[in-house]
Amino acid sequence: MNMRPPPPKRVLGGVFIPTVTLAHGGGGKAMKDLIDDVFISAFAGAAPEVLEDQARFDLTMLATHGDRLAFTTDSFVVDPLFFPGGDIGKLAVYGTVNDLAVGGAKPLYLSCAVVIEEGMQVETLRRIALSMAEAVREAGVSIVTGDTKVVQRGACDKIFITTTGIGVIRPGLELGIDHVTPGDAILVNGLLGDHGAAILCARGDMELETSIESDCAALHGLIEVLLAAAPGTRCIRDATRGGVATVLNEIANASGVSIEIDEALTPLREEVRGFCEILGLDPLYLANEGKIVVVVPPEESAAALAALSGHALGQGSSIIGHAVRGEAGRVTMQTVFGGRRIVDMLVGEQLPRIC
Amino acid sequence: MKYTDEFRDREKAKILIKEINKLAATIEIARTRPINIMEVCGGHTHSIFRYGLEGMLPDAIELVHGPGCPVCVLPMGRVDDCVSIAERPEVIFTTFGDAMRVPGSKKSLQQAKADGADVRMVYSPMDALTLARKNPDREVVFFGLGFETTMPSTALTVLQAETDGIENFSVFCNHITIVPTIKAILDSPDLHLDGFLGPGHVSMVIGTAPYEFIACFYKRPMVVAGFEPLDVLQSIWMVLKQIKDGRAEIENQYARIVPEAGNNAALAAVGKVYELREFFEWRGLGSIDHSGVKVRDDYARFDAERKFAIPGVKIADPKSCQCGEVLKGVIKPWQCKVFGIACTPEMPLGALMVSSEGACAAYYQYGGVKKHTAARPDASVAAAS
Repeated sequence: MNMRPPPPKRVLGGVFIPTVTLAHGGGGKAMKDLIDDVFISAFAGAAPEVLEDQARFDLTMLATHGDRLAFTTDSFVVDPLFFPGGDIGKLAVYGTVNDLAVGGAKPLYLSCAVVIEEGMQVETLRRIALSMAEAVREAGVSIVTGDTKVVQRGACDKIFITTTGIGVIRPGLELGIDHVTPGDAILVNGLLGDHGAAILCARGDMELETSIESDCAALHGLIEVLLAAAPGTRCIRDATRGGVATVLNEIANASGVSIEIDEALTPLREEVRGFCEILGLDPLYLANEGKIVVVVPPEESAAALAALSGHALGQGSSIIGHAVRGEAGRVTMQTVFGGRRIVDMLVGEQLPRIC
Repeated sequence: MKYTDEFRDREKAKILIKEINKLAATIEIARTRPINIMEVCGGHTHSIFRYGLEGMLPDAIELVHGPGCPVCVLPMGRVDDCVSIAERPEVIFTTFGDAMRVPGSKKSLQQAKADGADVRMVYSPMDALTLARKNPDREVVFFGLGFETTMPSTALTVLQAETDGIENFSVFCNHITIVPTIKAILDSPDLHLDGFLGPGHVSMVIGTAPYEFIACFYKRPMVVAGFEPLDVLQSIWMVLKQIKDGRAEIENQYARIVPEAGNNAALAAVGKVYELREFFEWRGLGSIDHSGVKVRDDYARFDAERKFAIPGVKIADPKSCQCGEVLKGVIKPWQCKVFGIACTPEMPLGALMVSSEGACAAYYQYGGVKKHTAARPDASVAAAS
């Protein structure tokens, strides 16, 4: 049998004009040059040497991590592209890594598909790609396949990124939002609402100057520590769009329990509180990109809290409430004032109040 | 947070609740029926739900959620007018956030935006003026909405536009005034109100004198109240105290913000730009004399109503809606035929379901825990059918 010769070293193309044009989406040399110059060079080492139309996995290797695949996808359309604490590239990596991790999976591979609006600065694109590459390295995952499309001006807003992720779940680990029973403790891993507030401020319509930064972070390391300390963990959810309130409602519905939380125990940055006061927003519905809601059986709550608090991404962790017997799907909050109110699902987006 | 946390003190609340309980127990009418106190202002309704105040109060006190949510009382015809202005190609239509979802007869501003109208959310009318400055080839229209609280800011923006010679800016004026509406409510035969929590931020502008008739002619106590939960509780206590003492006076609990004489500079700006309309249509309440303002002739060029031809068609409220009865406090939101069934925050039929200040949306979203339970079975039946 003849041995295949090693592939020749790939020669990377370059882009020498400042903006992306429709030609870069045409499938020809311009597109190859853009992909080489912006993405392949950014992902150096993290991308395969020979680019096929698909990534290929060795099943035996995957099986060393566990007995089930986890598979998820998410699209990122954030405006502005760069904001205090992060950018669309970081979000696209962390978001998908977290979606795998909250299921208990070890995140391994990502795909990355970008839709670019013509006229985008190549430099901006490069910044995003480099940020993704940094996030990928930090999270210890690889981007193994991707796609680039360029669309006419107005057909998308600057850039949309879709990442899909594959991870593996170890044997015996069964997390599920329908596993919660009355008595279980509900925890969060720190200050809530930072991402949502940071994005709203960064849009600049409000002309509010704050130092609020997005909390975007890859949480699989934190989750690993948590699961080691609290192996009986019922479920984990990342509290992204819709915030903690939405996640609690989903859990209460799926498990057929009531949930009671205490406003005084929900960790909030003073600035986020102030921001919400001014605009009449409820921080429980603000998006997070580095916060999870964790439900553990009562006997593991102390261990879970200690594990979360001991991690850099768990500073300010708190037990915010409990699952209780009661009307299925009902989430209520003891207010700081001593009253009690319902915390329902948000209907649409939160709109600032008139007065 | 300074200046807010002091007014949200749980321990002080306990003491106040105890005092309210004591006082309510000594009031004669409470033996036969609940003491009905109307909070006129939507901001109070919001606080009451947000902090769960209803559940803390004794059963002897019934809070009636009044008409003070400007988004809620906007009639459908006016929303249609907004949409028709917003859909003109030259127009950038600017609005406060919570007005986006108010249903018109065909669509809301949010739907108009999805259909291609240039509708933008702003946080102040001055933002709209800045947009006009930046887009000299477009017509920027600001959706002027609200009681005396927001009236001065739109008036001042019009004056600023005049000073700066900005001609591509106008206001679609839907400002309303609370006093004639309180009077209309007091004249309504199907009502039993024992006292009022007066609107705090409106009073910051108009002062407390305009409410005197409530005490003099209708013999009802009113306490102008702040919006923090301790403000609301203290004001309820003050109303009860008046009832107990047989007094009917206009008292000011919110003295840290509300000067008795109001804000003269704000009133002067309002008086310069606006004049009373003969009547204005309120959703659920019908036409109320002198309850709205319009732009004076001197500023006609900043008046969107005159700048653009608007349909101005009066649209009757949906028949099944009982917004009016809820607004007047005759029925509670959950007693409305369509509450939680045909009318939900997702698909609001009546305006009270739209804004988070609307009594129905507040019940649906925040629910007085005990009372909400009573409301839920209907909703689940509807969902199952």
